[in-house]
Amino acid sequence: MTLEYVPGIPILGPYVDPDNAPFWEAVERHEFVLQRCADCKTYFQVPRPMCPHCRSMDSLEWVPSTGRGKIFSYVNFTTDRMAYPAMKIPYSVVLVELEEGIRLTANIVDVEPEDVFIGMPVEVTFNKPTDSFTLYQFKKAS
Amino acid sequence: MLDEYRTKSYQAHLRPAVDENLIKDNVAIIGIGQTAFSRNSQRDELDLACEAIKNAVDDAGLSISDIDGLEALTLDRVSMPTLIGSLGIPNLRFTSEVSFGGGGACATVMHAAAAVATGLADYVVCYRSLNEASGHRYGRGDGYAEYLSKAPTLHYGYYFPYGFLTPLAWAGMYARRWMHEYGIKLDNTGWYSLVLREYAQKNPNAIFYGKPMTYQDYLDAPMIVEPLRLFDCCVDTDGAVALVVTTADRARDAKQSPAYIMAAAQSIPIETEIQTSYNRPIVSGLPETWYVGQELYRISGLGPGDIDVAELYDPFSFGGIIQLEELGFCGRGEGVDFCEGGDRIRVDGELPLNTAGGLLSEAYIHGFNLIAEAVRQLRGTATSQVAGAETALVTAGPGLPTSGLILRK
Repeated sequence: MTLEYVPGIPILGPYVDPDNAPFWEAVERHEFVLQRCADCKTYFQVPRPMCPHCRSMDSLEWVPSTGRGKIFSYVNFTTDRMAYPAMKIPYSVVLVELEEGIRLTANIVDVEPEDVFIGMPVEVTFNKPTDSFTLYQFKKAS
Repeated sequence: MLDEYRTKSYQAHLRPAVDENLIKDNVAIIGIGQTAFSRNSQRDELDLACEAIKNAVDDAGLSISDIDGLEALTLDRVSMPTLIGSLGIPNLRFTSEVSFGGGGACATVMHAAAAVATGLADYVVCYRSLNEASGHRYGRGDGYAEYLSKAPTLHYGYYFPYGFLTPLAWAGMYARRWMHEYGIKLDNTGWYSLVLREYAQKNPNAIFYGKPMTYQDYLDAPMIVEPLRLFDCCVDTDGAVALVVTTADRARDAKQSPAYIMAAAQSIPIETEIQTSYNRPIVSGLPETWYVGQELYRISGLGPGDIDVAELYDPFSFGGIIQLEELGFCGRGEGVDFCEGGDRIRVDGELPLNTAGGLLSEAYIHGFNLIAEAVRQLRGTATSQVAGAETALVTAGPGLPTSGLILRK
């Protein structure tokens, strides 16, 4: 693992609300789900109470994702100037375009920042940085 | 494909008729005022706001009791009632606040203009006061966490747990994708920052006045969030700026030459999030700035070639460079080449840019200092004066719901 935390500093957790709760509850079970409109089959991120495409309010569903995708963009935190103190530098934040077409950010847990590149195939994984919540993360595709 | 997407989304809606626009040529900025810009004001933001507003009202040749409207950003932490009481404004008739951080800077003037054009108020002051350098640093993670604890924005919950929690880092994600799509090399981007630093050497109010920079200094500075180096980033500042807005009729009696508003626009394109619009087709560009540009040109009847001076909101250098592309001053992916060597954006160049030093080298007063500089250019009183400047384009924060102005002499 290249991703490490600094002991003793709180890690900020997800904000959970009624719209995104199914996502974070699934993450706790090490499952990765995406919100989709059952009527028009559109996926979207961030989770919403209404499908922004067909404006349906009663057709929203959570479906399992393959969890696979490619790095679409990324930033590297190589100095402590803008890094969050609970995270050991260097670390990367990657924007991953999933096979379903939507994009999510997370850390990449097993690749050094200098080796990250746009187009790198990745898949979802999970870690538990504190007792209070689990996070989804990305790792190099197997 | 990208241009097709933009054009389609722009044309998909009917636009309000230009000849029904009550702001165009009917409203002007007649007063500008500011405090000293510093890294540690040792004063509170209320104190700074009072000074900037008093200076702006003096500049307009008015008295505080003439002011009957106030306009601010929702981010401003000065209590408006306390400010009104401190200024001793006898009868305030209009207040409003604009959201979206620095993206609302030009929109404050637009909303003030709407108020005076419709007779809701006679003289509206727009202001921004912040101790960003010494006080509450929302540009850093800890400050942002504090800000968001008061106004949680749920999608941030997808960023914060990953140590991804400052505007600069979020912007870096756009920058990296833009570099990838257009083949921009990491070391080629410094001219923009360099020329702005040159302008700051002429501006005694600039934070970086007396601190010139070489290209090597730019390259040697630490990488804050790769791909952004230290001098790609705006300068945290303590200070305040205020602007007085009134109708063109009243502006004729003003002490100073008015800066008339030819066009004012706000833009919130589809799937825009605050600096993290990662799920729309384009991540390598700034569609909101493109849209604002289209609206400003449509309303004013001008095009990019008619702009004498541009004041672009540049929280980080690439944000300014990509705006050059979005506003049509150069083609897509050509912004770095446009700035190469610096001559095109210097004071006697094709497009003099951020002539007081911009947010990178003058001050970060959330873009209000850019509006003040545009007014000085049209008055002929800028420290790097563009000869015969008659039109100025000003933008607000890019990468989030944004706004813009075209002003004329």
